[in-house]
Amino acid sequence: MKLSHLIRREILHRKLGFALATVSAAVAVAGLVAARAMLQKHDARTEQIITAREAQTRAQMARMEDDYRKMMLKMGFNVLILPKDQNLGDLYAEDYASKYMPEEYATRLARSRVVTINHILPSLQQKIQWPEYARTVLLMGVRGEVYVQNARQQPLLAPVAAGTMVLGHELAKNLKLEAGQQTKLMGREFTVARINPERGNKDDITVWINLAEAQSLLDKPGLINGILALDCTCDTLDRLARIRPEIARILPDTQIVEYASQALARAEARQRAATEAQASLQREKEGRTRLRQEREALAAVLVPVITAGSGVWLGLLALANVRERRDEIGILRALGLRSRQILLIFLGKAVVIGLAGAGLGYALGRGLGMWWRETPDAAAPTLGFWDVHLLALVLVAAPLLAALASWLPALIAAQQDPADVLREA
Amino acid sequence: MSARLQIENLGKSYAAPHGRVCALEAVSLAVQAGEFVAVRGPSGCGKTTLLLAAGALLQPTHGRVLVNGQDLYALAPERRARFRAAHIGFVFQQFHLVPYLDVLDNILSPALALKTSDPVRSRAAELACRFGLQDRLRHVPAALSTGERQRVALARALLNRPRLLLADEPTGNLDAHNGELVLRCLAEFARDGGSVLLVTHEARAEKSATRVVQMEAGRIQ
Ligand SMILES: Nc1ncnc2c1ncn2[C@@H]1O[C@H](COP(=O)(O)OP(=O)(O)OP(=O)(O)O)[C@@H](O)[C@H]1O
Ligand SMILES: [Mg+2]
Repeated sequence: MKLSHLIRREILHRKLGFALATVSAAVAVAGLVAARAMLQKHDARTEQIITAREAQTRAQMARMEDDYRKMMLKMGFNVLILPKDQNLGDLYAEDYASKYMPEEYATRLARSRVVTINHILPSLQQKIQWPEYARTVLLMGVRGEVYVQNARQQPLLAPVAAGTMVLGHELAKNLKLEAGQQTKLMGREFTVARINPERGNKDDITVWINLAEAQSLLDKPGLINGILALDCTCDTLDRLARIRPEIARILPDTQIVEYASQALARAEARQRAATEAQASLQREKEGRTRLRQEREALAAVLVPVITAGSGVWLGLLALANVRERRDEIGILRALGLRSRQILLIFLGKAVVIGLAGAGLGYALGRGLGMWWRETPDAAAPTLGFWDVHLLALVLVAAPLLAALASWLPALIAAQQDPADVLREA
Repeated sequence: MSARLQIENLGKSYAAPHGRVCALEAVSLAVQAGEFVAVRGPSGCGKTTLLLAAGALLQPTHGRVLVNGQDLYALAPERRARFRAAHIGFVFQQFHLVPYLDVLDNILSPALALKTSDPVRSRAAELACRFGLQDRLRHVPAALSTGERQRVALARALLNRPRLLLADEPTGNLDAHNGELVLRCLAEFARDGGSVLLVTHEARAEKSATRVVQMEAGRIQ
């Protein structure tokens, strides 16, 4: 016979005491396991929230960048190169330049590899009376982009093919013109290629046609009256100071004005929004960290309190067990068992209680942790039942706790004088 | 040749609230192999004290106890426990069975104290048979009659083949028939070369004993 057999029989004989002790150990283990599961879930939830927020912010930023790119195309985050003798007052009053320069300027500018300009868009524009409809429109001849870097560069402006036109929103609506329809401009046949969306500016009454056709219609062969130079590097706000001398060097009889600075304001606003999005993401992260700290602090108080309570309770139960077994201890000593063996009988039982409590407590605590959720929404993170490390930890810690709690009672049992009980008649 | 049990000038006093109580005073007694000694005396004369001291369970105030020539109290506690397991068997009035172990396991319990090469299980079963317990092997003490309980205690006392049996009122709780059975068993043990020291206040043990010693107020008469 072995001591383990004795321990097993005794446990089976006093099931209630064993159950009480096991539940007590299980409560401590469950507290620890549940706290840990809660923190794991918290972390998973945080991860979820932050990932979603990051994706949202990323999407927002991408949308913003795209908007920005289009904005630069529409209104130009850019400079406008004009003939030197163009009166700016006239330009603003009339919406177009009245002086001209050779179209070749655009090519020259492009060839000179001006590093600060990435896109060069020559145009010929003039406010005209659309004779066929008796309507004032802004006629804009464009030839697409004169590439600065190389032909594979992403074009900012699709060229308008000869024989087609692109119409501003208000104009098309007013004239009841739709894409695909045929119409005449100054006697020439055009197909409406596209209607631009409403932009709320003079673009809405603009007719875009091929540059060569515009030159011919307006009788300005080989001439343009503006070059939109778009800088997409966007690195400094004071880029005018950088671009101006460069262009003056290449095209001496031109002047440069910054164009549509409201785009800049909007870009700045968007930038602020981006910064704000980042900051709110940061705040969210900090909030989650704070919440975790609070939960950790709560666990750091509750778990030791529960563990200590459980330890005391285990100790009292062990003491009651020792008292109940006085007679048995006496006779076992008389039979020759050494006091160390008596100690082992009680500590062995404590270890069994600890192991059973660890198993039960793990299942309870993990179950609780799996059931708990921060928010009732279905996307809340889930938790698997097995956390091997934690299970291993409690399978070691709970028997240790139980053995520690039973140490004093076991020592009392081991020190008990057998003569005391054996003398009793 | 030394006696199986040699008690020399044994004294024991207990600490009590009002001074010390002297339970044994200079007791000397020898029990030889094959001897069954019954110590008779009134209640409170120190019989149990004598028995526990003889059984290496109670440190005397003075004097020596030798079993097979070994001075029990010269041994360190752990060695003394081992010595007790190997050489001394006990039978008590209260049986003192382990309540949650069945008959077989109770008989086997002394094996916890000793590592022997003996096939203890078969020996335990044999002893159970000898005491007519073969049908009760899986019963716990609570399910047994008092006579059966004392027989389990006897079988248990014999498991490790001790050569000295110490019995404290072993028939005190038994009817005449069962008491007779126990006494016969002790006498048989002595006849086979063992030694028995029995303490009792009853007269009925006397006819089984080879020698009767009277005790009075902590002294052998
Ligand atoms: N722990 C103790 N403290 C104080 N006195 C004790 C103690 N144990 C025994 N005594 C006293 O020692 C004396 C001898 O006791 P013991 O139990 O040996 O008597 P006994 O002969 O076995 O009696 P009984 O026949 O009733 O069993 C008694 O007077 C008893 O009161
Ligand atoms: Mg007594």
